[in-house]
Amino acid sequence: MTWLSPDEIEALHLSLSVAARSVVFSLPLAIIVAWVLTRRRFVGHSLLDAFVHLPLVLPPVVIGYLLLVLFGTRGPIGSWLERIAGIELIFTRNGAALATAVMSFPLMVRSMRISLENVDHGLEEAARTLGAHAIDRFMTITLPLMLPGVLAGAITAFSAALGEFGAVITFVSNIPGETRTLPLALYSALQTPGGDTAAARLAGISVVLGLSGLLLSECFARRVRRMLGR
Amino acid sequence: MLSVSVKKRRGTFMLDAHFDLPTPGVVTLFGRSGCGKSTLVNIIAGLLDADRGRVALDDDLLLDTELGLDVPPERRRVGYVFQDARLFPHMSVAGNLHYAAKRAQGQPYVSFDAVAALLDLGFLMDRRVHRLSGGERQRVAIGRALLSQPRLLLLDEPLASLDTARREEVLPYLETLRDQLAIPMVYVSHNFDEVLRLATHIVLLESGHTIAQGGVGEMSLNPRLRAIIGADAVGAIIDGTVLGGDSANGMARVRVGTGELWVQAANAAIGAKLRVQLLARDLIVATQSPRYLSVRNSLAGKVTTVSSDDANSDLIGIDIGGTEIMARITKAATRDLSIAPGLPVWALVKAASLRARVISNASPDAE
Repeated sequence: MTWLSPDEIEALHLSLSVAARSVVFSLPLAIIVAWVLTRRRFVGHSLLDAFVHLPLVLPPVVIGYLLLVLFGTRGPIGSWLERIAGIELIFTRNGAALATAVMSFPLMVRSMRISLENVDHGLEEAARTLGAHAIDRFMTITLPLMLPGVLAGAITAFSAALGEFGAVITFVSNIPGETRTLPLALYSALQTPGGDTAAARLAGISVVLGLSGLLLSECFARRVRRMLGR
Repeated sequence: MLSVSVKKRRGTFMLDAHFDLPTPGVVTLFGRSGCGKSTLVNIIAGLLDADRGRVALDDDLLLDTELGLDVPPERRRVGYVFQDARLFPHMSVAGNLHYAAKRAQGQPYVSFDAVAALLDLGFLMDRRVHRLSGGERQRVAIGRALLSQPRLLLLDEPLASLDTARREEVLPYLETLRDQLAIPMVYVSHNFDEVLRLATHIVLLESGHTIAQGGVGEMSLNPRLRAIIGADAVGAIIDGTVLGGDSANGMARVRVGTGELWVQAANAAIGAKLRVQLLARDLIVATQSPRYLSVRNSLAGKVTTVSSDDANSDLIGIDIGGTEIMARITKAATRDLSIAPGLPVWALVKAASLRARVISNASPDAE
């Protein structure tokens, strides 16, 4: 990658690292939310469903703003996190990961739900009559069978996380080496006189990453489907 | 003893079922589609809640709504063989069997190898589930249920999705199960042939209500059963003991009541239990001891009942020495022969028209 400048390589690294953190942290929560939304009926079901999908319809800058309010140094959660665990989110790459996680969360949940809806509830009942309790059933039957959706969701979310712009720049700003991910670097390049070629290169990388993500996701899904004999 | 008494409302459908099964034994829940058989079985398994009721197996309560007791399915130790097998698609046959074996509770009474041998699963072990035929699938499902070491086995129309040939392939395994493991079974079916081959007891269900129940022998002549299986399938089912035979011709001599019957049954050992079905439409009634006939079987008895079957025929109940059989004859014949209760008669039947099967585990009250 000698044709990339050190700054651009840094932006690429940072993007991958932010996206990876974002997926790792949101994956377990997304699985639980997908399961609750698919398999449980309760008061407030529609509200939770709408809430999860909110980032799809809100302007990303609104999400960034809300994160600032909640997770900023003076925000209720942000100040608590800093006091308890010394975790600072604002202007850090962990903050960037949080912003991308919130933005890609609906994509992840969506893909898992579709997959979970195709898991025959009768198989869980069968496991139950064989003596498997709730957590056992989930880990040995439900989760393996919804795996195609989990993988596809994770890969899609990862690809989307690489490209998140609005929420990131609002929440954690555009700090080189800390929060300047690919799209932010691309934006900065466009603002700089003579940054056209750099912008083109960064755009190219984004396209390649996005495309590989989607292809990989499809490839995984197909392999898992074959494993499950469908 | 399995004792079930439950109520459940589902929309406009009301299940109100009560039955007892002496254990070990095979009770078949028999009735038309939609009569509530599956609902009842799901309640026994605990997969469905009852509005009110009690399910007890020997001294153990599985459900008692009055006491607020409801043992969850995973702790009931009740095996369940579903109509659609429900094998886990992400595991091999062996994986499915081990899944059950690993989670078995209580004192194991059947080993992995014994189940594999009993159901001929050895050569299927490494097979992926979607590469199994319908019959193989059900055998694996039965094996999986057994390996959870259940105290009771529920089978919900396990053969309903199979064609006749595949059904014949699985039925003998179920017979072996009944005879060798002595595990109580509740078998749901709407196929009377399966009932005939497997059941020791029959519970009749009609639109959610248990309308009649008893041993196979006594139930075989129950008019409510006749309403479901149709006039042509009506007939006494008798579990008799093999007295001797003519193995060269594949014939066996069976004691029924005070009489004897020759039936077609290959390799039936002396002393074995044989279940014989005497279809009412195949019986001929004579008012004098018949002679000069090719018919081998003649049972002497006394008419107990004469009841109208349809516009043209009557059903004649005949006591052949503590056992009742039934013959269908035309109303004209009833009139011409002056057949009435108390009249001594002879029932004739060709050996070839008798259906007989060896059952070693006959219910005592069916004899």
